[in-house]
Amino acid sequence: MAVVQTRNLTKVFKQGEQGAVNDVNLEGHEGEFLVFLGPSGSGKTTLLRMIAGLETPTAGEILIGGRVVNDLSPRERRIAMVFQSYALYPHLTVYKNIAFPLKAQKVPKHTHKEKVGWAASLLGINHLLQRKPRELSGGERQRVALARAIVREPSVFLLDEPLSNLDAKLRASAREELERFHRRIGTTTIYVTHDQVEAMAMGDRIVVLHKGYVRQIGSPTEVYDDPADTFVATFLGSPPMNLIEDTEVIVGFRPEHFRVAEAITDTHKIPLKFRVENIEYLGADWILSGLLVGGRFDGKKAVSRLLFGHEFEIGKTYDFAVPERRLKFFDRNTEKKVEARTLAWQ
Amino acid sequence: MAMNPLQNSETTEAEGNGAASAAALPKKPKWSKIKSAGTAQSPLLGALMFAPAVLYLALIIGGPFVLAVLYAFSDVRIGSTGMHYVGLENFRSIIQSPSFITSLKNSFIFTFFSQVIVIVGSTILAVALEKKFRGRGLVRFLILLPWVAPISLGAIGWKWILDSLYSVINWVLVAVHLYKPFSAPMWLGEPHLAMASVILVQSWRLLPFSTVIMLAGLTAIPKEIPEAAAIDGAGFWRTLFQVNIPMMLPIINVAVLFGIIFTFTDMTVVYILTQGGPFDSTQVLPSYAYFTGILGSDLAAGSAVSLFLVPLLVAIAYFMLRVAHRAEVV
Repeated sequence: MAVVQTRNLTKVFKQGEQGAVNDVNLEGHEGEFLVFLGPSGSGKTTLLRMIAGLETPTAGEILIGGRVVNDLSPRERRIAMVFQSYALYPHLTVYKNIAFPLKAQKVPKHTHKEKVGWAASLLGINHLLQRKPRELSGGERQRVALARAIVREPSVFLLDEPLSNLDAKLRASAREELERFHRRIGTTTIYVTHDQVEAMAMGDRIVVLHKGYVRQIGSPTEVYDDPADTFVATFLGSPPMNLIEDTEVIVGFRPEHFRVAEAITDTHKIPLKFRVENIEYLGADWILSGLLVGGRFDGKKAVSRLLFGHEFEIGKTYDFAVPERRLKFFDRNTEKKVEARTLAWQ
Repeated sequence: MAMNPLQNSETTEAEGNGAASAAALPKKPKWSKIKSAGTAQSPLLGALMFAPAVLYLALIIGGPFVLAVLYAFSDVRIGSTGMHYVGLENFRSIIQSPSFITSLKNSFIFTFFSQVIVIVGSTILAVALEKKFRGRGLVRFLILLPWVAPISLGAIGWKWILDSLYSVINWVLVAVHLYKPFSAPMWLGEPHLAMASVILVQSWRLLPFSTVIMLAGLTAIPKEIPEAAAIDGAGFWRTLFQVNIPMMLPIINVAVLFGIIFTFTDMTVVYILTQGGPFDSTQVLPSYAYFTGILGSDLAAGSAVSLFLVPLLVAIAYFMLRVAHRAEVV
């Protein structure tokens, strides 16, 4: 096993254009599950492909296990990758798909059967070995792709949105399976996704990317509770954090912290009048959107997420509040996090 | 679109149901079976549009084919006024003819070797041309030239290149002192060299077509698959032979099928370069049929020779299509 590091890694596809990946410095940990999270076009896949050796960096270094691998071919990097489309070999049976890396890396032939059997039973696909990829369901294909990836016991595992081709129901179970799988094999894993739920659920740490820049690296709780800038604040969380612009700062608070005043037990809370304009019932919770009424932020939009919302009516104004310790402050110009401060709310 | 709402709704309904609602109109019951959309619902118009293709096939292919079958079982010659049924007599006589046996054998040699060269060559070219490099467009254009140039012109060019006196190849061979003047090979004059020459020229001619097909097949492979192979540790050759070529098999089959048919039934190159000579050493079935039937004025025997191609080609086509059908596409 090995850790992945990058130093000032940059990729510019067309000279003179904005880089797809800009000056990325990462320091992986042994055996961790690292998630690259970002919207499409954020450079997360390009970053992964550079680590895999499928894309040549424009500048900077990639280190795997302490060794600079910039000039090594994908096969010399001892990594395994699962593609978004799984990229199974359509003309080969599942068995031959899984055995392909063993053959390609000249692993002694008599061990193939045993190794393929090991990988297949790890993923529960022993009964599929004689089938062709086109005879498999999406979930089964994903498992075959994973089996093909682990069979040669790679030092690093790269996964490029492996769940995005599955339907919603299958995605949840496949995600859980992946988590369990990672706990069992313990290989350093880098996982690319645009889905914040996947990132939060699976990642030991999350690297939030936007326009090729790393916005924040941290554990799921760090990036969610303590976002480094307004992009991270709004990209994670659904509905996103409320951001209210003031003269110098942007004040942020999560919808779930913006609740009926009496329900908040904190002694330091900011009371806000809230006129409900829309109510969405999502089963487990209620989303109320509306406007702040009166005070410093009169007329600003806000969203509240509540567990109970039966008693609210559209058009009426209620007494809401936010615990003071839940407030986040961002610089208005740089949009980066700044120290908490006291505002005259009324 | 100023319509009153009632009219509007009627029109939409009629459009929505297409042929079905047209069929519901009592005045035009004959149209009920036509399922085509749009306004061209007249069977006459349909037939008219279809006619050129039918006429073309009937006149250019169907007619001669029927004639050839009739002739093959008759004693017709050029200039004869009547014809008589002679059964399998023509077939019996051509099978006994040494020239026919040579032609049959040559046809197979000619087809087999030119196809091997074309498939290997076009695979190499396709792999090379798929990579991006400066001037790729120009190289692609140049490679396509032999296909777009009229074959007779190309073959005449080759006739000069391979000429016994004026051959540029021989001039070069002499200039680099590989051969003495006047002792250089007679490309079209010695049996084995002549066969090699017609095979090479035929390959030159078919190469562009095959390359284009192969290139299409290669570009159709999703790029993640060779990438996955690279990550799995496969080098260039393993990726080519165990991933790319097997995935291209259906399209290679198409290229081979067309190549075989183009070669097996074609006499242009042989006719222009060697006229089947020397001593029938490059005679193939189509040229033999032509020389017997047209130049030798024995239409019946010529037809019998050309009919010989039919079952062979049907068998080849059937076999190739079956393979193509069975082979998996992604």
